[in-house]
Amino acid sequence: MILSIQDVVKRYSSHVALDRVSLEIPKGKIFGLLGPNGAGKTSLIRIITQITAPDEGQILFDGEKLSSKHVEQIGYLPEERGLYKKMKVGEQLIYLAQLKGLSRQEAVTRLKDWFIRLDIKEWWDKQVDDLSKGMQQKTQFISTVVHEPKLLILDEPFSGFDPINANMLKDEILALKDRGTSILFSTHRMESVEELCDSIALINHSKVVLTGEKDEVRNRFKAHQFEVLFEGDLTQDLNGVDLISLEMLGNQSSKKAVFKLQEAVNPNQLLGQLIPQVQIQKFQELIPSFNDIFIQVVNETN
Amino acid sequence: MDKILLVIKREYLTRVSKKSFWIASLVAPLLLTAIYAVPIWLATRDKEVKQVAIWDGSGLFEQKDLADKEIAFQLLKGDVSQIKKTFDKQGFDAFAAIPVDILKNPQGLKIYSEKNLSLSLKNDIERMVQDKVREILLRNAGISTVKYKETQVDISSDTITVSKQGAETTSSSGGAMILAAILGFLLYLTLLLYGSQVMNGVIEEKSSRIIEVIISSIKPYQLMLGKILGVGMVGLTQFLLWIVLTVGLSTATSKLYKAPSRMATIANTSNSEELKQSVAKAESSAQPMEELNKVIESTNIPLILGSFFFYFLFGYLLYSSLFAAIGSAVESAAEAQQFTFPVMIPIILAFILAQFTMQDPDSNIAFWASIIPFTSPINMMVRLPYGVPAWEIILSMVLLVGGFLACSWLSSRIYRVGILMYGKKMTWKEISKWVFYKG
Repeated sequence: MILSIQDVVKRYSSHVALDRVSLEIPKGKIFGLLGPNGAGKTSLIRIITQITAPDEGQILFDGEKLSSKHVEQIGYLPEERGLYKKMKVGEQLIYLAQLKGLSRQEAVTRLKDWFIRLDIKEWWDKQVDDLSKGMQQKTQFISTVVHEPKLLILDEPFSGFDPINANMLKDEILALKDRGTSILFSTHRMESVEELCDSIALINHSKVVLTGEKDEVRNRFKAHQFEVLFEGDLTQDLNGVDLISLEMLGNQSSKKAVFKLQEAVNPNQLLGQLIPQVQIQKFQELIPSFNDIFIQVVNETN
Repeated sequence: MDKILLVIKREYLTRVSKKSFWIASLVAPLLLTAIYAVPIWLATRDKEVKQVAIWDGSGLFEQKDLADKEIAFQLLKGDVSQIKKTFDKQGFDAFAAIPVDILKNPQGLKIYSEKNLSLSLKNDIERMVQDKVREILLRNAGISTVKYKETQVDISSDTITVSKQGAETTSSSGGAMILAAILGFLLYLTLLLYGSQVMNGVIEEKSSRIIEVIISSIKPYQLMLGKILGVGMVGLTQFLLWIVLTVGLSTATSKLYKAPSRMATIANTSNSEELKQSVAKAESSAQPMEELNKVIESTNIPLILGSFFFYFLFGYLLYSSLFAAIGSAVESAAEAQQFTFPVMIPIILAFILAQFTMQDPDSNIAFWASIIPFTSPINMMVRLPYGVPAWEIILSMVLLVGGFLACSWLSSRIYRVGILMYGKKMTWKEISKWVFYKG
């Protein structure tokens, strides 16, 4: 485990931001931290980045109690991006890298590599003010990873990126994962959760309401529903199966039905009842999307 | 610790590499030198020689009396109304008609000119006539010109402070006042100037949102301290530049204008009473400078400089930490204005109290103003040239350091909460709550 968050409580004067939050964040994986606005994600991230301290509980970083020496092993890209506007890009990145413990020389070498790799050499002596928003985002991403942190915390990393740059960023994130970086990824955008995350945790109203590996969570939310495409007519009743919906498809001959299996009925039994009646063209289990899971869980826990 | 150094370095270099810093560093010494040098330059430069025609109805003036370096006088005979019409065509800048009864009617002098007469030319003509008339009046009264000059004495005094042990130090209260005023004003200016620079720096970090990245690398108090020290060093650098440049420039200019050999040459070659007078005038206009030199010789310079450094440093640290706290609580410079007022009040109050301190450096007001941390930097600097007992200086310094520690503790409590607060309307009540927040 790169992070082991144990019973963390954070109270503000008017409300409790984190209420006994415990999470295990595995090494070398992408961990999605999900939750609606105001759920407590930012409070948790600020405790991990040691911007604030928890009122109760503790956090272990790679097995050790989280302390200021771990600052250099964490890279943090906050949701609200920002750089010194009146500073040159190169100097600024060197400064931020030095704050993360790199020597000036080391910082220059690594940054030059990044600038060559992303083909942005000509930005080095530009003032941040003169860069477009997307360019600033790229610059800030470099500042987050240049010290090669063990743990990378990305808060809504794709906001403000155009599709091409978003793709580039995604590739960089996956490349970092391949090199063993653990990534904590906080977002609202469920499609990037499906695409990138290995595990997730959902926080609502200051509490962890759902956690697990992505596929395992999805399995947990499977409603035992199957979508069947077929030709012909269903004439007999099906045992232990409820028909949820039935619709004609555009070409008139095909139909699409959704069945929900009752307890103790398996898909083979459904198939067995269908085959004598109709010509099956497609048979698949309906897997819930994270969008559905998110909405369902948040509504249940509100 | 080395991270604080990184912050200090950044704060220092970004400010020192700005053009505005160098402009301010150059312009102030140039202005100071100009104030000092321009009167001398004006007095000694070669002016364009003005042509003035004189019609002397009294018959007291002869051509040989009318020597002046800046004005070429020429006695004309004839009809006044005729000359009035033609003097400008003859190439004269002005025409002075001296009435017949000038001795009885000193207001009777009339000066004509085509264009508006310059004030200095008018004065010069009047003085020339006045000197001659006075000379004649003195002679008529039986007083020799030499005797008269001897009566023109100029009284100036040396004030001497006698310590309890009976040791005497020559002091000059006029000069002490000037030195005190300069030091006090300098401190006042820098507290405001660099204090608000710290505040704007904090606001910049907060409004550009870089703050969250920075404080995920270093502790908020490290950032605050680094910023305060970095800006403070910019202030010290500027002082150093000001002192070196001002001393350098004014020494250079005074060498140029006040070297005795050169003065003698001017006086000799021109051989004119007028010029000697004007040089003397220039010297007397530089008299405050000499007074100042006298104080500088009579006071304990290491003490003054050391104290100035100390009071600048801790006064600045105290106020700038408060400014940093205010900067952290707001999101824009405009919003900051309403909150800076309570911090400005003690600075302005200290400056006002300094006027009283200057008038009576041993009064109760002066004592308390130079002891209480918020007003002591300015007021103690004002008092120092007059002589202050050691225990008072030590007490004042100890209290100032204590005041700084208290203020920076308070400020860092506010700062660490404030920098992460967005979109809230700040009130003093809200800010005071932050002091007691945990973690």
